[in-house]
Amino acid sequence: MMKTKIFRPEKRAVLIQGDQAVVEGALAAGVEFFAGYPITPASEIAEGFARELPKIGGKFLQMEDEIAGMAAVVGASLAGKKAITATSGPGFALKQENLGFATMVEAPVVVVNVQRVGPSTGLPTSPSQGDVMQARWGRNGDQEIIALAPASVTESYELTIKAVNLSEKFRQPVVLMLDEVIGHLREKIYLSTSDEIEIIDRKRPAADQDPDQYLPYQLTDDLIPPMADYGSGLKYHTSGLFHDQSGFPDGKNETAKLMQDRLHNKLHNNLDQIILYQKDIRKDDRVAVLSYGSAARTAISAVNTGRKDNLKAGWFKLQTIWPFAEKEVAELAAQVETIIVPELNQGQLIREVKRAAAGQAKVLGINSYAGELIKPEEIRALLEEVL
Amino acid sequence: MARGERIQIAHPGWCKNCGICVSVCPTDILITGKKSVEILDLEKCIGCHNCELICPDFVLKVVANDEN
Amino acid sequence: MDFEKYLRMDKLPHIWCPGCGHGTILNSFIRAFAESDFDQDKTVVISGIGCSGRATGYLNFDTLHTTHGRAIAFATGVKMANPELNVIVMTGDGDGSAIGGNHLIHAARRNIDLTVILFNNQIYGMTGGQFSPMTPTGDLASTAPYGNIDQNFNLAELVAGAGGTFIARGATFDPRQLKKLYLAALKHKGFSFVESLSQCPVSYGRQNKAGDAVEMLKKQEEDTINFKKWQQLSTEEKKLKYPLGILKELDNPESEYTVRYQKIIEQVNNEGAL
Repeated sequence: MMKTKIFRPEKRAVLIQGDQAVVEGALAAGVEFFAGYPITPASEIAEGFARELPKIGGKFLQMEDEIAGMAAVVGASLAGKKAITATSGPGFALKQENLGFATMVEAPVVVVNVQRVGPSTGLPTSPSQGDVMQARWGRNGDQEIIALAPASVTESYELTIKAVNLSEKFRQPVVLMLDEVIGHLREKIYLSTSDEIEIIDRKRPAADQDPDQYLPYQLTDDLIPPMADYGSGLKYHTSGLFHDQSGFPDGKNETAKLMQDRLHNKLHNNLDQIILYQKDIRKDDRVAVLSYGSAARTAISAVNTGRKDNLKAGWFKLQTIWPFAEKEVAELAAQVETIIVPELNQGQLIREVKRAAAGQAKVLGINSYAGELIKPEEIRALLEEVL
Repeated sequence: MARGERIQIAHPGWCKNCGICVSVCPTDILITGKKSVEILDLEKCIGCHNCELICPDFVLKVVANDEN
Repeated sequence: MDFEKYLRMDKLPHIWCPGCGHGTILNSFIRAFAESDFDQDKTVVISGIGCSGRATGYLNFDTLHTTHGRAIAFATGVKMANPELNVIVMTGDGDGSAIGGNHLIHAARRNIDLTVILFNNQIYGMTGGQFSPMTPTGDLASTAPYGNIDQNFNLAELVAGAGGTFIARGATFDPRQLKKLYLAALKHKGFSFVESLSQCPVSYGRQNKAGDAVEMLKKQEEDTINFKKWQQLSTEEKKLKYPLGILKELDNPESEYTVRYQKIIEQVNNEGAL
């Protein structure tokens, strides 16, 4: 096997697309494996990995379909590699079953969804945030997911690193929700040097682990079992059936309950590490514009120009959309009179905002769902109306 | 087929009494019993491995005579 | 030879029905593995869903019981991620040729070094006897109560046509041949495929009045013929028998997928960035 080189140690400025920034971020985070299927507007991610991975001894696979792409990254993850796939809405739908499998077997993987307008083939080259609920609930059964939504090319880079780290830390698939605008937008960004980047590797069993004593789904204090690479001699079983600590199927209800709870709590006990956001809310702000992804660009721009005209408005940008920032949004709702939620869909995350606000603040949506971005003037108009 | 080897019902609890081993025994020494396969006459076993190789349930094992 | 070290003895007896041929396939497989020089610790066995899918739970290797039809796609990821691993796929006729048919032909086309053992019992057993792409035309199934009008695949020919470099067919009535075929398939560097005819006396046999396992094995023997003998038959006679043995073998390790990808890695690193 070829020794892996450290990827591009020098810090440098580049002018690249969001899709390319995902590739750069993944490589910086130690990703060595991509498998996927071409789809607009995510194909540039596959192309980037096809070009870059062989240079570091990594592997690129163009699979026969989206389903196979998802399966292959889970396989690579179990074989010990940091692995990623990328797609758009229709492909994301096809990946759901094996994404659920990854959740069940606790395989760290990252799935990038560069959203386009749906349903179905929809508008392949237009932006959308229509897959917010697909990311949350697209699979059968109750389960948690981590989903991050970058709002710029720089964030595409940084949140890809974060996504890889979170997946490794929590043995949990992470979805990175770009949209067509962020994926294709070109911005100047600074690629970090490798010693500036925090890189997290999954917890592995000790080298002298006794194979007879190894429990691949051990109930540890942190609820995250140490994960052995296939081929390391521990000979363990992995299954999409509910399993006990040994990894073998166990149909008992109490076993299923224990596992469901562990999968939930391993994330919910650590929300402070998972929920990322940025905000600029001042004490006398009466309105907050809460947004994520490309809609956040418009929101921040509308707030900043509004403030010049003394509008008492601030902004709150979610970088983590799942798990939902319930506590933070509840606090926000206690602070302001109105929360405006611009989204490139018919109103998906606003349901969560309303739930978290619990009547403490009025929650109003601004929605564009036919492929156009929301204009700052639309947000400005609503700001003036409510203030 | 080594001389001095004979069949053993190594894991009787796993037997599902399907009768496949009985059908492949060249000396007809196996029968389906009440719950699992039984050996009628171990002395006639020639250690051919037919039953061991085809048994779907890992019940049968050809072993050296002194192990029987 | 100690075969039991390849089994998870504490998981036996297995869940398969009395007389099911799948256990004979496992039995033949562990004997073939014991004769190979593969390292048990460096071998991964991957299955999908259905009766065949349960095979991995009984085998003492790193084992992965995946989603329906996708075992080969998972296996492709495992093998590419670490080509030093021996990767074996155990799939069924429904799992491998219906829902997973696309992955089967594409893995064959890539000629990636996987050993695929397809348990062909000609029926969906676990879900209660629905027809599969391998159920012969005219047979009865719970979803073909008036007779199956679908044509069944000649799966070995399909995989050969897709580019698989080792193609064989064996049957549970002849476990000695099965073992030899598995051993040859394991040793083959490239995509190897062994269609393994297996009897299902319960979900297939009862509906089709095929008798018990012993009768089904007799029928299996009657319906099959050694490949070399089959080649001597007339075109009409050939249609009546399934040939058993190694049906195709192309020995060209350089054409194997992970080997070819490794060459790309070397090329890129020798020439510098493209």
